[in-house]
Amino acid sequence: MKDVLVIGGGIAGIQAALDLAEMGIRVHLIEKSPSIGGRMAQLDKTFPTNDCSTCILAPKMVDCARHPNIAIYTLSELQGVQGEAGDFTARVLKHPRYVDETACTACGDCAKVCPVVRPDEFQMGLSTRRAIYIPFPQAVPQAYISHPDDCLGKDPIVCGRCIEACQKQCIDFDMQEKVLDIPIAAIVIAVGMETFDPVALTEYGYTRYKNVVTGLEFERLLCASGPSGGHLIRLTDRQEPQVIGFIQCVGSRSLKYQRFCSSVCCMHATKEAILAREHIPDVKSYIFYTDLRASGKGFREYVDRAEREYGVEYVRSRVAQIEETDDGRLVFHYEDRASSRPQQMTVDLAVLATSLIPGPGVATLAEVLALELDEYGFFRTNPFSPTDTTREGVFTCGCCRGPADIPQSVAQASGAAARAAQYVAEVLVEQEGQGARE
Amino acid sequence: MSHVTMTQNEETRVGVFVCHCGSNIAGYVDVAAVTAYARTLPGVVFAQDNMYTCSDGGLTEIKTAIKTHALERVVVAACTPRTHEPLFRDACREAGLNPYLFEFVNIRDQCSWVHRLEPEAATQKAKDLVRMGVAKARLLQPLEEQEMPVEPVALIVGGGMIGMTAAVNLASRGFQVKLVEREPELGGMMLRLDKLYPTQDDAQPLIQQRVAEVRRSKTIEVFTASTLHAIKGFVGNYDVTVRDREGRLSSFKAGTVIVATGARVFTPHGMYGYDGERVVTQLELEKQIADRRLQIANCNLQPAVSNLKRVVMIQCVGARIPERPYCSRICCTTAIKNALELRELNPETEVYILYRDTETQGTRYEAYYTRAREAGIQFIRYSLDHPPQVGEGRVVVYDELLGAKLGIPYDLVVLSTPLVAQEGAHELAQMLKVPLDEHGFFLEAHVKLRPLDFATDGVYVAGTCRWPSHLEETIAQAYGAAARAATILTKEHVTSSGVVARVDESLCRGCGRCVEVCEFGAPALVEVAPGIKVARVNPVMCKGCGACASVCPTGAMAALHFTDGQVMAMVRAALLNQK
Repeated sequence: MKDVLVIGGGIAGIQAALDLAEMGIRVHLIEKSPSIGGRMAQLDKTFPTNDCSTCILAPKMVDCARHPNIAIYTLSELQGVQGEAGDFTARVLKHPRYVDETACTACGDCAKVCPVVRPDEFQMGLSTRRAIYIPFPQAVPQAYISHPDDCLGKDPIVCGRCIEACQKQCIDFDMQEKVLDIPIAAIVIAVGMETFDPVALTEYGYTRYKNVVTGLEFERLLCASGPSGGHLIRLTDRQEPQVIGFIQCVGSRSLKYQRFCSSVCCMHATKEAILAREHIPDVKSYIFYTDLRASGKGFREYVDRAEREYGVEYVRSRVAQIEETDDGRLVFHYEDRASSRPQQMTVDLAVLATSLIPGPGVATLAEVLALELDEYGFFRTNPFSPTDTTREGVFTCGCCRGPADIPQSVAQASGAAARAAQYVAEVLVEQEGQGARE
Repeated sequence: MSHVTMTQNEETRVGVFVCHCGSNIAGYVDVAAVTAYARTLPGVVFAQDNMYTCSDGGLTEIKTAIKTHALERVVVAACTPRTHEPLFRDACREAGLNPYLFEFVNIRDQCSWVHRLEPEAATQKAKDLVRMGVAKARLLQPLEEQEMPVEPVALIVGGGMIGMTAAVNLASRGFQVKLVEREPELGGMMLRLDKLYPTQDDAQPLIQQRVAEVRRSKTIEVFTASTLHAIKGFVGNYDVTVRDREGRLSSFKAGTVIVATGARVFTPHGMYGYDGERVVTQLELEKQIADRRLQIANCNLQPAVSNLKRVVMIQCVGARIPERPYCSRICCTTAIKNALELRELNPETEVYILYRDTETQGTRYEAYYTRAREAGIQFIRYSLDHPPQVGEGRVVVYDELLGAKLGIPYDLVVLSTPLVAQEGAHELAQMLKVPLDEHGFFLEAHVKLRPLDFATDGVYVAGTCRWPSHLEETIAQAYGAAARAATILTKEHVTSSGVVARVDESLCRGCGRCVEVCEFGAPALVEVAPGIKVARVNPVMCKGCGACASVCPTGAMAALHFTDGQVMAMVRAALLNQK
């Protein structure tokens, strides 16, 4: 009866679920995508220790999957809640996977015969997947999914090849969506963020110039399990870049787009510049920044190391415009601070540090749960009760309450778990008190 | 050669199960050939392949084979122990075999998946891995897991906002809390604050409310003017002694520890003409503002009596310099807070903040920075190449953005100084056997994913003793540390793994190198006879990493399940076919 619903299976939701479960509370973890793991799974390495992101995340994902107190519902979303805090019933809509996730062993025989090729979302569209696919090798659950919009269907005249290929017969195109009513006492929301689409900043030519990429795309290009197998290349000619320009605050600290600072970009650009140098020993990186914000634990030293040992150069200036040359190189136009004169720099690859913005799920959930948002569209919290939302019994952590780095998200997740556990305990005491009076 | 080898029994009956994992393994490795090869290995009396060894059918076949073939050791060659070892161990246990007589051979993650393009070599490698696994399995010993009861009591060191917040959270869940505060009063650093950013709320009502919650709680016992005197034991079972200023000792048992001792503000002696009068710290300014506000309230004076015309604040005083390279995170927002208060007291007061980078991350703090600029506070960027000069009546600074030297007359200069490690942090760290970083802040188990844990189980950390952080962040950490502590306190027992280190006391000469290398505080030297010390390992604290065994000069320390004998048998088996 005293269960907790955790919404969002990224690192914040995973940590909240694990802490609650280890406190003896049963957790229902719902995730809208086919696997838990969230954004952290897409990162190559993490600052300031350069730990491999998936390598430290995957064990936590497995812990979640194996924990007897945690039930994971992927492809699921919250449709509504009834009742009051302490005694909610959550209505969860689970979309069909068309693959039996308990039986699938992720052998991949189905994908080998699938004729449909689609952009791979996990690889930021830089490579392809099939209509039936596993989002990434460490996905939890370890099961394929057939994407209903991509799949040609089971009609043997049209296709149905995966059904024949699957030895365990896990594929079931008659799977229907399910509606689950789950009694819960409290809710922890950890639905994370999206990244800002920089197409709107036409001056940077994102999508017009192939060698202008976002930070997340660059992470995939660095990653050994990425589209280029860990070879850092320019997209136009697959050659190694010699000069990389990082542009900070793309969409952030701007009157037109997001007024806020996205918190993590100074550090992830620093990390990406360091890693670029590890991939290509003579590459030169320039980071164009507004203020260099590096106040987390070990961050300033990390920046110092980037400058000293990796030759990363920090340029305090906003790039006004990018132009493409005939050979796909990029010319940055910016103001030189020392002389206050216009300056140009030619680079091979431009990396845009785009803002972290609330995902569409935030507004939807705010409506479903009657929660207030702040002026930027994140869940409203009070700085002195930072993991409480505006509704009793509903708590939040991670980037859906504002941009945060991984350790902050993890600490908040444990904090939200503590608040939810406290709430569950207080409700229990109250109900026992009422029971005693009756 | 280790003593374990002597228990080797040529008659040990080994069963081997090779998994196809659908086509995950069988698509690249010739599973039938590996199984046939396994049958030829010494000790193997039974071998079979399964489509999915982990399926119900596969597990039943293991259990049946243990009984019908009187298997004494089980080897499964399959996916990865990371996800599946517990499953197969359980199957052994259910069939009456000690679960540590099971050996996992990883032929998927470490073989078929990484050698997809070379099926023949992959098959040969799978055979080699199975041969090594069987060689080890023959030497496996039954191991026991130990259970120790948990004392459902939390010790919290530090009675500031963070320690109290954690205490209230744990108490509300029914746990006993012992809250130890060095000062005579609860409240910590917040007692010295006037306003809180980014809301300009009064600090005192918030902290006094928390103090009242602590005092009201029936399950929180408060020790003020007291320090931790001694602590012994391990997760779930600590013996704690607290000492008050009169020297009185109190002892109690605790199951977990939360460290929330806060930080100290650096005093800028000899820097920028610091004199505590015309050149003060932010904390001293905050006191002056509070006093002045009180004065205004008492005398019913108009705010305009504040007679400061120009105030210059200098950021990063004693921070981001070679001897203290870190950024203290909270100083930009603290300066903004006090600047806004000065403007509130007297809208005529001009405030200049000389900064290097504004550290106002996220939504709230960036908005706070914007609010400060809109309120007319002047921000001037300087760099270490041209640090500001505080002269008689004027601060001279090279404005990086204008590219020009400015002279600003002042009535008051305010120095923003960093948070530095708390006094006594070193002693506390030694007592708890937890590490500090190079700046004297407590060092967590993993900066990314375990920000509130120490490597030692059962000890947690929150607040500015870990790193300078905004109040908002430290409150989240306080609750977070409470959650982490509660994961121990809710359990009746802590259970050790069977895979731990063990000492052969007849070989141990008590040199203590194992104690030095252990990250988890598991081994300790014990005096067994006058002048004779030997190491003993607490199995509950041991993670089985083997660091101690690798440094032990006499071979007394063995990492069970990875003994020298077992590992050497694997090495010999690996080299056997190197022709």
